[in-house]
Amino acid sequence: MVSGLTFSKTISRAGYQIFETNDYPSLIRGGHNVVSVSICDQEIKAAYKPVDLLVALNKETVELHRNELSCHSVIIYDGKDYQLTKGDFIPDIKLCSVPLLSLAKGQGGNILTRNTVALGASMAVLGIDFKLLTSVIDDQFIKKGEAVVKQNISAAKVGFDYVRKNYPKLAFGLINKPAVSPQAVLTGCEAISLGAIAAGMKFFSAYPMTPINGIITYLASVSKKMGFIYKQPEDEIAAINMAIGASFTGVRSMVATSGGGFSLMVEGLGLAGMTETPLVIVMGMRPGPSTGLATWTGQGDLKFILNASQGEFPRLVLAPGDLQEAYNLTIEAFNLADRFQTPVFVLVDKFLCESRRTINEKELTDFPIKIDRGKLINKNSSISFEKNRYRRYELTDDGISPRAIPGLNLPFIANSYEHDEYGFSTEEEQMIKKMVEKRRKKQYGADQLVPQPVVYGNPTAEVTLVGWGSTKGVVQEAIRQLGNKVNYLHLNYLNPFPSAAVGKILSQAKRVIDIEGNSTAQLALLIREKTGFEIKDKILKYNGRPFYPEDIIAEVNSLITI
Amino acid sequence: MVSVNNLKTKHFPTWCPGCGNYSIWTALQNAIVEIGLRISDFVLVYGIGCHGNMFNTLNVVNFETLHGRPIPVAEGIKLANNRLQVIVIAGDGDTLGEGTNHLIHAARRNIDITVLMHDNQVYGLTTGQTSPTSAKGFKSRSTPLGVIEEPINPVALAIAGGASFVARSFAGDILELTKVIIAAIKHRGFSFVDILQPCVTFNSHNSYQWYRQNIYKLPKNYKMNNKIVAFKKSLEWEKKIPVGIFYRQLKSTYEEETQQFKDCPLISSSLPASKAVAELLDELI
Repeated sequence: MVSGLTFSKTISRAGYQIFETNDYPSLIRGGHNVVSVSICDQEIKAAYKPVDLLVALNKETVELHRNELSCHSVIIYDGKDYQLTKGDFIPDIKLCSVPLLSLAKGQGGNILTRNTVALGASMAVLGIDFKLLTSVIDDQFIKKGEAVVKQNISAAKVGFDYVRKNYPKLAFGLINKPAVSPQAVLTGCEAISLGAIAAGMKFFSAYPMTPINGIITYLASVSKKMGFIYKQPEDEIAAINMAIGASFTGVRSMVATSGGGFSLMVEGLGLAGMTETPLVIVMGMRPGPSTGLATWTGQGDLKFILNASQGEFPRLVLAPGDLQEAYNLTIEAFNLADRFQTPVFVLVDKFLCESRRTINEKELTDFPIKIDRGKLINKNSSISFEKNRYRRYELTDDGISPRAIPGLNLPFIANSYEHDEYGFSTEEEQMIKKMVEKRRKKQYGADQLVPQPVVYGNPTAEVTLVGWGSTKGVVQEAIRQLGNKVNYLHLNYLNPFPSAAVGKILSQAKRVIDIEGNSTAQLALLIREKTGFEIKDKILKYNGRPFYPEDIIAEVNSLITI
Repeated sequence: MVSVNNLKTKHFPTWCPGCGNYSIWTALQNAIVEIGLRISDFVLVYGIGCHGNMFNTLNVVNFETLHGRPIPVAEGIKLANNRLQVIVIAGDGDTLGEGTNHLIHAARRNIDITVLMHDNQVYGLTTGQTSPTSAKGFKSRSTPLGVIEEPINPVALAIAGGASFVARSFAGDILELTKVIIAAIKHRGFSFVDILQPCVTFNSHNSYQWYRQNIYKLPKNYKMNNKIVAFKKSLEWEKKIPVGIFYRQLKSTYEEETQQFKDCPLISSSLPASKAVAELLDELI
């Protein structure tokens, strides 16, 4: 995985854009681990399947990926470890045997150092300036000391030189063209983390779980510098209750988990809803009930998130589709949570959480950050309330009450029982009705704020694809090739839901195809519930793998020829 | 500063006449007044159970949470604003049924909160089922043939968990209970008080009279800073039940070791500079 990052950063520094995905079994070490990087000289929003350069550290890799090779692929392999015969492959495939292990050992390395030798060899095949690889290794390993940096650079160099000397004609000839403005290489987890930091998050508690471990690792690494707390609790139940406690006390708080962990959090979700405590919940989906497929991707939890918990209360659900949305919508989630004093989800999946993409810094930093803390009463706020009879759950036109925090010399009650305006428990029928309606009003308020969904591509296309979350980039790549006949309705607000706009767009569309990563078409069900529009054609994928542009192109072509 | 009079709300508890909760309620108010806490100084965090009824009756900052979850909520409050005194009012079902995990971890963190556990050895709010602290053989609506399990020993558990202040007190002795609660709140670190609380409706076994006959105060010369001695003492129950402060040790708290709190509590710390994200992105190039 580290080698993948080094590879991607080097290519990015050469001025190209990358999209990196990783496939790995739920093992600590070993198994068949794959990092695949698609490289493009313009913006790239998804990974492509064909393999042009295969670095195969064992023979199994060659066999497993044989069918993905393109007609001009290069295979880098260790000819001293295993033999490949040119006749076994289609004619134009080039075999590039590099004695990875013996070169690594020659530099005082071990079997792990093979990866670095292979990185050097890869850069030679691609035609990337070796200095760029040196600079990335330098940045990545400097914390481990000069000696480690030196050893890695020398290992990379022998790999690079070996290819240059023995395969001088073998080069893809990528032209190095350093980017005009700096390009970062980010995962979805990192984009969410940066959004949380930009939003002024102060408290984050999360129990480790794939695919959100990247958020924990990143936020823990910068927490001291940025002055917030990451707390690893004993379980997800503690995670959400701690975050609720911190948010009740007035600091912006977030939790992150996956489906299994969220199952433990559900009672806490209801607590936040009932006590009207703001909370941001990052939910990273992976497939299957129970432990399921711990390290793979899917979109099977939409209905769960929309409906989790007993009782009725507003919970807002945002589903970012790419890095910019992961950043922007995380910031927005904090504002909505404060504004409506209710839990807000950032619903993502393993594919978005762990894939890496090049991003121009400005794509994030140009986003204007507005911090809206709603009706929070703190030392600086100008929220009006009756000091002598402060009511935490005061009935208001919009259902939102001035929110006091501890430390203000204002007594108040946050209550998980049904309560009256002061927070005292009540079982009185009129008050119960008013409080249910108060919380309901917050949903109506959120409904008013829902942005119009975006249709990407030709507005008068023959086919309208509809999807949510991480399929966005894949569909956009597919449209590049499908051209004018297809457009894409991307939904990233699932509650509040842009019912009117979606109903209008779909009823005017010539042909609609739903695309999502689950077997029951949960978005299509939601659309039908909200708009009455029934989508008949569906492209559904539920084998743990993300969509690829090629899948969508093939499926769309076969559907429209029927 | 609050007085006992302005601590009251228009609500009066709905506990059964004679319930041990009344005296715990009184002792807690006495302790708040005697320490001289202001409304802005503290938060009371409750679980669900008979004890939880108390929050409607106290005019302070109250958070009525879920069954089993007051401890993690209290920890979140403390971490967000470590200037606040955070006091958990919980039951034996809360703390040792659904919340045992939280108790042990809060203890080992030595986070500076106080847990007052109302221990009536029965589930009163749900009308009389067995609790994790019910005596072996205890007959209840859920165990008509008698409890088979041995009870959890809360004091031993808290000491083993790493709590730096562990006490047991009897609800029938308000003066002594007040003293113990004050000591627990003032203790710097995680403090736990197991409060023996008679339930006059559903537990005829552990009555006021039974407790008066069976408890004894830890002697004046008892050394409360020895963990082995405290643990050994905590195992006494069958013949006589010791009450008092079993264990007290000063060690650094979770908040004291948290570098982010060095200058001020989280709630007062400033937001990251607007260029923070750009700087962090530079490290990801």
